[in-house]
Formats: sequence, C-alpha cells, structure tokens
Amino acid sequence: MNPFSAILFRDMRLATRAGGSAALALAFFAAVATLVPLGVGSDLKLLSRIAGGVLWIAAVLAALLSLDRLFQSDFEDGSLDIIALSPLSLESLSFAKLFAHWLVTGLPLTLLSPLLGVLFGLPGEGYVPLMASLAIGTPAVSAIGAIGAALTLSIRRGGLILPFIVLPLLAPAVIFGAGVVLAALDGLSNGAIWLLGAFSLVTVLLAPFAAAAAVRLNLAG
Amino acid sequence: MASIFEFANPKRFMNLSGAILPWLSIVCVLCLAAGLYLGFTAPPDYQQGETVKIMFIHVPAAWVAMMCYGLMAIASLLGLVNRHPLADVAAKTAAPLGAIFTALALITGSLWGKPMWGAYWVWDARLTSFLLLLFLYLGYIALWNAIEDETRAARAAAILALVGVVNLPIIEFSVDWWNTLHQGESIIRSGGPLIAGVFLWPLGLMAAGYTTLFFTLWMIRIRTEILERRARALQLGAT
Repeated sequence: MNPFSAILFRDMRLATRAGGSAALALAFFAAVATLVPLGVGSDLKLLSRIAGGVLWIAAVLAALLSLDRLFQSDFEDGSLDIIALSPLSLESLSFAKLFAHWLVTGLPLTLLSPLLGVLFGLPGEGYVPLMASLAIGTPAVSAIGAIGAALTLSIRRGGLILPFIVLPLLAPAVIFGAGVVLAALDGLSNGAIWLLGAFSLVTVLLAPFAAAAAVRLNLAG
Repeated sequence: MASIFEFANPKRFMNLSGAILPWLSIVCVLCLAAGLYLGFTAPPDYQQGETVKIMFIHVPAAWVAMMCYGLMAIASLLGLVNRHPLADVAAKTAAPLGAIFTALALITGSLWGKPMWGAYWVWDARLTSFLLLLFLYLGYIALWNAIEDETRAARAAAILALVGVVNLPIIEFSVDWWNTLHQGESIIRSGGPLIAGVFLWPLGLMAAGYTTLFFTLWMIRIRTEILERRARALQLGAT
C-alpha cells in the first residue's frame, strides 16, 4: 500500500472504530437540527423555508467538532514526527487527512441530510439541491478546517480556538450552500451551485499547502 | 535604492521612527482638527439631514480597517519568507488596531443606520462583511495569544493572516451576492465623485487624519514591543 492510502485508511479506521468521532459528528448534526424547531417554533412553513440554512449550519458545526483532533492526536503521541520522516510529503499528508475527514463526516452528513429534511418539511424539489450542495460544499469545510487544525495542533485548548478562527472563513460555503437550496425552493437558478463548486475547488486545492506549512512550523521548534 | 530591509534592523527602526513620530502625530492632530471642524460646519444633506456628518467618522474608519488587514498580511508575508522578527512585530501590533478600527466602523455604522434604515443593525452586505472582518482580527489575536513560543506563534498567525487575505475577497463577494441594501460606490467611480465638495473636503481630511492616526499608533506599538523584548532579554541576561 502506498503511504497516501495508508494514511487515508488509517485515519478512516481511527474515526469509525470505538471512540472515533465519525458517529459522534453525525449524532451532533441530528441533535443540533432537532434543537432548532424547539427554539424557533414548530411552524412547518417557516421550518421548510429555513431547512437548507439550518442543515448547512448544523453540518458545519458537526464537521468542526471532529476537526481539532485531526493533527493533534498524532502530534501528541509522536506519530506525526514519524510520518514527517516518511517519503510522504506534508502536503500529501494534509490532503490525505482532509480527504479522510470528509469521507467520515462530510459524506455521511450529506447522506443523512434528506432524513432531517423530512423533519423540517422540506418540499420535494429541495432534496436534490440540498444533497448536491452538501456533497459539493463540505469538502471546503474539511479543507479550511484542516488549516485551522494544523495551526492549532500544539495548543492544549485548541478545540476552543479552532472554530473561532475557522468559522468566518467558512461564510462563503454557508452562503452559497444555503443559497442553492433556497433558489430551488423559489424555482430560480442563481448560479450558487457553481460558486459553491468554485469555492470548494479552490480551498481543497490550496488548503494542503497552508496546512503543511502550519504542520512544518509546529514540528520545527 | 534603499531597500525596506535596511529599516528591518530594530535599532535603525527605533532611530528613524523616533525622528518621524513627532511630525506624524502633529500632521494627524491637524488633519483631525480641520476635518472635524469642516465636518461639523458642513451644511446638512438634503436627504439625510444632519446625520450625514456621521459619514466623516464612519467611512475613514472602514478604510483604515481594510488597509490595516492588507498591511498586516504584507508584514506576515515578509515575516514568513524573510524570517525577520521586526515584520512579525509589525503584524502582531497591527491586529489590535485593525480590530479597534473595525469595531469603530461597525459602531458608527450602526449609529448611522438607526436614522437611515430605522434599525441599529440590518443584515446588509457591508455591515456583515465587516463583522466577519472583526472576527478574523479577533481570531488572529487569539491565535497569537494561545501559542506560547513567540516565533512559532508569529509563523502560525502569519499563515492565518495570509489565508484570511486570500479568503477576504471571496467572503466580500459572497456576502455581496447574499444581500445588499447599502448604497453603491459613490466616491471612486468613472465620471467623478458623486459627493459635493463641501462633503468631500472634510471626508478627505478625516481620511488623512485616521490614516496618520493609525500609522502613529502602529509605530508607537512597534516601538513598545521592541523595547519590551529588549527589556526581557536584559532581564534574562542579568539572572
């Protein structure tokens, strides 16, 4: 097995086995979505209108929940030092890690979203755009999150600071992602899906370099 | 040609900034005084009435807040590429100033919004992107403070600033796309400014005043940080 897929499968196994974060992120996603009607009321007309936005926010929060350990646990037990010595570049390592993170959080969240859409009374024409926007947009969440995770990997309380530095950077993903669903409900085409795709491509392309630079400086000291 | 790196020597920077600082602060005070005087004596706008005068303290704050992020990113790049401590200090000390100017722009903007839009806060594109800018500044400061090792903190914060500067136009665009109630560009546009001269003069003077105020405070903060580091190094040497 080449080093890239070794890291990829290792991270996926760690996330899906006992004590892993994948199932917790999914449960958190459902729990946040459940709290919203309790907060804003049970009016289905309102809920169906805000479903796209709420599910997008819940997905971003759920993805962030599991991000702070992305590099940190490997840093603490020393495996990051070993990996850094391997022929795998830190850029490839960062890409493998963010890809694994997306496979165990972004993808399951996308697959679970129609079920929560039903709970919000999302009209029929909203489901495909909802799933498409999450499938296209959540890689950007993992990518920008990976930069934040790499920057904060040496901070003991990094879990608190990570969402704070990452959330403003994720505003475009939420805006375009929720925009895709709203446009579908109104029967409009506003091009949001293309903008979301562009944002996702750019962040996934650039994030490994920024994350690798951050890992490098943290290993250097 | 003197390169920027000649001033990167802390001692040379201290000498030069010490010489410039009094003059810069005098220019700043003069600009602010003249701008405020002209601003307060400007006639009321035919549409906005007296509230148009908030513009003179609001718009320059927004300009400086954005300029500061650009300068912070340039300093971060120099610090990251050339590994120069002075660039790190410059980036570090710019962030709180940028946060303050952003907060000032938000506060004056919402005070202006009350008579204009009937609410202190509307989810207008520019207000929203400025709120996000404030969070970017605060996140940058938080990251600096969270990492104990100084050089490591400087590099991590520099990467964050650069990621932010790449993302900022995208955030701006996405928020614009999302919603806009705000008036369009009215000063820099083809066909000349739309604002009458009686408003343009105080606005220009206030912009100059805010800009020099920013550079004055920035210089003072950099000098303080350098002296602090020197004092710490002496302390360490004494024990």
